[in-house]
Amino acid sequence: MRANNVLGILYTDTYSECISDLTALRTMGSVPYGGRYRFVDFALSNMVNCGISKVGVVTKSNYRSLMDHLGTGKPWDLSRKNEGLFMLPPFNRGMGAYTNRLDALRGIMEFIHMSKEEYVVLCDTNIVCNMDFGKLIEYHMAKNADITICYKEGRYPQLANVMHFKFGEDDKIRKVAVPPVAEEGEGAYGVNYLVMRKSLLERLVNQATAGDYDVFEKEVIMKNVEKLNIYGYKIDTYCSVIDSVQSYFDTSMDLLDPAKREQIFDRESPVYTKVNDDMPSIYGIGSSTKNSYIADGCKIEGTVENSILFRGVHVAKGAVVKNSIIMQSCYIGEDADLNCVIMDKHGVIRPRKNISGDTTYPIYIGKNITI
Amino acid sequence: MARKTECLAMLLAGGQGSRLGILTKNVAKPAVPYGGKYRIIDFPLSNCVNSGIDTVGVLTQYQPLELNDYIGNGQAWDLDRANGGVHILSPYQQIKGTDWYRGTANAIYQNINFIDRYNPEYVAVLSGDHIYKMDYSEMLKFHKEKDAACTIAMLEVPWEEASRFGLMFVDDDGKITAFEEKPKNPKSNKASMGVYMFTWSKLREYLIADEEKEGSSNDFGKDVIPAMHTAGERMYAFPFDGYWKDVGTIDSLWEANLDMLNPVANIDLSDTSWKIYSNNPVTPPQYISDKAQVQNSLVTGGSHIEGEIDYSVLFSNVIVEEGAQVKYSIVMPGAKIEKGAKVQYAMVAENAVIRSGAVVGEDPEEVENRDEWGVAVVGPALTIGEKAKVKAKTMVVEDVEGGATV
Repeated sequence: MRANNVLGILYTDTYSECISDLTALRTMGSVPYGGRYRFVDFALSNMVNCGISKVGVVTKSNYRSLMDHLGTGKPWDLSRKNEGLFMLPPFNRGMGAYTNRLDALRGIMEFIHMSKEEYVVLCDTNIVCNMDFGKLIEYHMAKNADITICYKEGRYPQLANVMHFKFGEDDKIRKVAVPPVAEEGEGAYGVNYLVMRKSLLERLVNQATAGDYDVFEKEVIMKNVEKLNIYGYKIDTYCSVIDSVQSYFDTSMDLLDPAKREQIFDRESPVYTKVNDDMPSIYGIGSSTKNSYIADGCKIEGTVENSILFRGVHVAKGAVVKNSIIMQSCYIGEDADLNCVIMDKHGVIRPRKNISGDTTYPIYIGKNITI
Repeated sequence: MARKTECLAMLLAGGQGSRLGILTKNVAKPAVPYGGKYRIIDFPLSNCVNSGIDTVGVLTQYQPLELNDYIGNGQAWDLDRANGGVHILSPYQQIKGTDWYRGTANAIYQNINFIDRYNPEYVAVLSGDHIYKMDYSEMLKFHKEKDAACTIAMLEVPWEEASRFGLMFVDDDGKITAFEEKPKNPKSNKASMGVYMFTWSKLREYLIADEEKEGSSNDFGKDVIPAMHTAGERMYAFPFDGYWKDVGTIDSLWEANLDMLNPVANIDLSDTSWKIYSNNPVTPPQYISDKAQVQNSLVTGGSHIEGEIDYSVLFSNVIVEEGAQVKYSIVMPGAKIEKGAKVQYAMVAENAVIRSGAVVGEDPEEVENRDEWGVAVVGPALTIGEKAKVKAKTMVVEDVEGGATV
């Protein structure tokens, strides 16, 4: 479906603190994932694949890596004469950087107002999900909904202000609970992919400003659940909301499950990302690779098992990498041994070092660290 | 005022490459896949950009559709420029009639207007069917130092192979004293690489003269270069000692691919200071299953490997199922090798399917007559049926039924 009448808004800094190690030097949207991607690629590709041609990218802090990644938007075909990709750096009127979702929206009201699209899709970037936004938008129209929010059933993400839903008949949301601190339990919870009319979003933000509200989920969605037609749209494909380093690790390892991988990287709806022109990966004589997901540009001379290797990783002779996530351009020295490690970009493991975590407690090694 | 274009490159990409048979049935030779994610033309194009040449004319003629599509606006090579960039130059209608490019020199001659628009000092004439990494700016520097009219890149080849090349005799200063075209008994092993640097005003003059000459084949090697030499122009040979391969035949294309796995061959594409760019659809990483065995091979994004891979080059989105074997082979994008199939000493073109139990190619150690042996080729999008057998040196140009032997 061509959805040129829809404006995309991406929040690239929501919940960055839940994986503070990984976001120390970057923003949530630019956290590397799946060998060559960044989180922002998922929501952005979902938008582009349904025909959205104008996307505003809301940034807050540490967004250099994000800007570097997105560039002019060319890989997503958003480098356009008309519309395209719009970076929206923090813009405030003398009140300091924004602190919440509503503030962020207030900062970009001008951008939203000037856009000619009739509808808006708002997306968080701590979500790994390759879904058809066309269907979501069709559903929104068919239900004649004011707001449609994606949801999933399962264990609640351990994040603040996650919307817990109770439905009436027909997926209309009857009740929303928004615990200000994470709550354990299971049920239907909101995945922050939302659709609404642009004019409604403008009205809601203005009302929230007048009421001095802060929490979008609580004071915009929850308070209006009686007054507005708010529908849930059940995500029927793989979807993971990142809420911790553990969930980052697990969501990465899900790529080694063929059924999940097929849903995440569905060939019919490609996930686009920045192109880097690496050569193919080379597997040396005597190397062994099992059940692993390997990006281009790697050189494997040792043993790799149940792991995810990003672009340009070099595993030297005799080195063993198991159950680990090794990011771009890391070097694993001879006879080193890694197990359950998340190794950030450009790290070096010197020969014969041994680092081992557990699948329930992966060890994180920071960017540019040499061990 | 626009920046002055000092050196412009003309890339000859119109050749059919008939010796590659089915592989160039629908595409021009420069668009033939190479090395896991590249096409042959990526090498001269990337060399241009890396050498600081940002204006490139690509001369197309034979089956240009895929090549034109591939080059697009040149963005993949950073050649989408406000001034210059990549230009596809096809033969066009003129007031005196329509003419195909009759030879390499004629192709440039027909585009004199294009070159004049940029008014360059120098023009590099490159061919679109060689695999090599070369800094043309070094060659240009050499050309200027020698105050040459024409500089030809020169490679010392093994004596036993010298008779396949255009050879040059060179004095101590690098000046070319004589030429010899594919002689039976070579007296020199200094071969021309088909990479030329010309002073544009000189080349322009000789192109026009060549065009007026009756009976000329309008070819650089046969006509223009000898004419310049006879007229006593300053012609120099620029020595090159890196990897260079003409991939004009099935065997040489196969070898050139496998050279990427051979450290002695010295074609290192991992060097980030001299990247070879290419235009590829984005693919997720490659998956190597717990049943797979991958040894001494190149594998590219989007591939799914459950079988056994040894000394092979696999392009993007290749599927190798459980129990299948791929040895000493090149498998191009989107091809599928099903359960228990065996591909050895072979090239499998794009989107071909090798059904389970089929055997493609033969081990040279196991054939009766070694002289008859050659690399087996399966053409694009063809299917080799279950348990079918494709013998060494066979070029499969249509589907093979299950159980058949070809």
